[in-house]
Amino acid sequence: MIEKVLKGSPKFYVWIAFLGAIIGLGAFTYLFQMKYGLAITGMSRDVSWGFYIAQFTYLVGVAASAVMLVLPAYFHHYKKFKKMIIFGEFMAIGAVLMCMLFIMADLGQPQRALNVMLHPTPNSVMFYDMMVLMGYLVLNAVIGWVTLECERHDVAPPKWIKPMIYLSIIWAFSIHTVTAFLYSGLPGRHYFLTAIMAARFLSSAFCAGPSILLLLLFVVRKVTDFNPGKEAVQTLTKIITYAMAINVFFFLLEVFTALYSGIPGHAHPLSYLFAGHDGHAAWITGFMWVGAILALLSLALLIPPSLRDNENLLPWSLAILVLATWIDKGLGLIIGGFTPNVFETVTVYTPTVPELLISLGIFGVGALVVSILWKIALDVKKEAGTL
Amino acid sequence: MKRSRRQFLKVASLSVLGLSTQLATGGIVNAAETGEQYQATENGLHAGRWAMVIDTRAFETPEDFAACINACHKAHNVPHIPNKQEVKWLWTDKYEHVFPEQENNHMSEALEKRDFLLLCNHCENPPCVRVCPTKATYKRADGIVAMDYHRCIGCRFCMAGCPYGARSFNFGNPRDYIDMAEINPEFPTRMRGVVEKCNFCVERLAKGLMPACVEAAEGKIFFGDLTDPESEVRKVLAENFTIRRKPAVGTQPGVYYII
Ligand code: SF4
Ligand code: SF4
Repeated sequence: MIEKVLKGSPKFYVWIAFLGAIIGLGAFTYLFQMKYGLAITGMSRDVSWGFYIAQFTYLVGVAASAVMLVLPAYFHHYKKFKKMIIFGEFMAIGAVLMCMLFIMADLGQPQRALNVMLHPTPNSVMFYDMMVLMGYLVLNAVIGWVTLECERHDVAPPKWIKPMIYLSIIWAFSIHTVTAFLYSGLPGRHYFLTAIMAARFLSSAFCAGPSILLLLLFVVRKVTDFNPGKEAVQTLTKIITYAMAINVFFFLLEVFTALYSGIPGHAHPLSYLFAGHDGHAAWITGFMWVGAILALLSLALLIPPSLRDNENLLPWSLAILVLATWIDKGLGLIIGGFTPNVFETVTVYTPTVPELLISLGIFGVGALVVSILWKIALDVKKEAGTL
Repeated sequence: MKRSRRQFLKVASLSVLGLSTQLATGGIVNAAETGEQYQATENGLHAGRWAMVIDTRAFETPEDFAACINACHKAHNVPHIPNKQEVKWLWTDKYEHVFPEQENNHMSEALEKRDFLLLCNHCENPPCVRVCPTKATYKRADGIVAMDYHRCIGCRFCMAGCPYGARSFNFGNPRDYIDMAEINPEFPTRMRGVVEKCNFCVERLAKGLMPACVEAAEGKIFFGDLTDPESEVRKVLAENFTIRRKPAVGTQPGVYYII
């Protein structure tokens, strides 16, 4: 099936070339990181994780979110999702690959990364995280490829694929739970130390991931004959709405506990994020408020059925939702966890331009992988007449 | 035909088993090896649990602190990096930052102005060891939390895990910030991309010497075996009111402060 990549429209190649340029820029910037180390980032002794790890966290959620299609389709036999599943699975592959690249970009000694497996350490959550991510990548690659191949030859998928699919459903929950455990088990970081971290991660993933998927599918619908189907879109949007409502609710739970208990350590990260420190707003403050307003706005646009089912409005609502969840998890999470630091003082973290360019390059790789896989899927579906 | 296939499977599965047990045990074996990075000489010092008691009342002038800090940083070739990506093993801070959530109102002026020495606590339950995915940070039988700079992958999970800010990461090349002419040849310099911290001077203890800061403090810091009721640290702990940093997180620090 891989040969499908070779036959594409000029537009497709322009897009690929564009992604190639972005990746090239990121790779070129990475050369500097190879030469000067992570000194080129905005991270510091006090804020020792930054933009890279934050994007990793966000993307694990995107990867896990494929389950929002697979679960209804296989546990509830909701047939309308079947057509879209392959795109969710292939998007998960792109997302997991980006996760791995972000981890590699963040390591001080990337060439030693395999030490995690050469010296397996079962008491470290990172050990499990590496395992489950790799497992998830393999699961999605095998399931996606085999089902597509069968669709192409118009035969029923082999029997053994079913147990794998069920496994992938549980697996999806596990990858994001383990990612949350990276944070929620750290004794000195108040913003991370919360039992509902995994629940928050899952809820934000299950609204943001499907939203990104739908937005991308809307683009595909524009440029090809593919149509995910009106009812499928409406059902998925409902799932997104519930997940976002739960996500916002969970965040408010955190706010209540932190502020009502009045325990300084718990309140400080929130007050830093939303009010800055010593009377000065930090750059993140603006982002956090915008994120909070967008989160509520997305709910206002998604909860009333008349607005939710309005096809012209929907892309905007979803984009707003994605932005809101990204600010929460892709920026606020890490910064709030490390500021104030363990000395209860503030060291400001601001990502540097090289840091952002390398991240952009990694997003480019993800986009490239998803573009290629989706093109294969679209061409196969076109030939098989299942578009 | 059938038999040879079965035989092949047998051999193959055995070799996989062998390989995986090697992988699984390799870590433990190597960890034990790295635990003996510094072979104790005949007059090496041993303890059931090394601990430190700092008499914060006795440190009066900036020179008192500088003597200890310089001794430590010189002995371990700690680079002096003048920005937020600094590396430090031993440093000072004020009461409210050293003991956050333990502050009190209307403290004596002396206490409010006092500086306190900060270093790795060599915790009994060290979160840094718990989270390290490679065993590059590990706890020795004598309670010292040590590091293998050659195994560390620079993931900085340990820095997120340490509730005391005891760890530093080499964002750039530390050797650019060390005067190579004044280097201590008996201790390795580090490379870029690894984490480091105070090691309770394992390399000196192995030779029968007290830690560099203890020596430089001239009686203001006590160091010894916590499990030995006759040791000096046990005596000063019994005679003085001491506190440890962040008792709520349950790490059981091995560094005590006489207030
Ligand atoms: S003080 Fe920090 S680095 Fe030292 S042992 Fe405790 S947790 Fe680990
Ligand atoms: S940075 Fe090094 S010592 Fe710290 S957790 Fe990672 S591998 Fe272990």
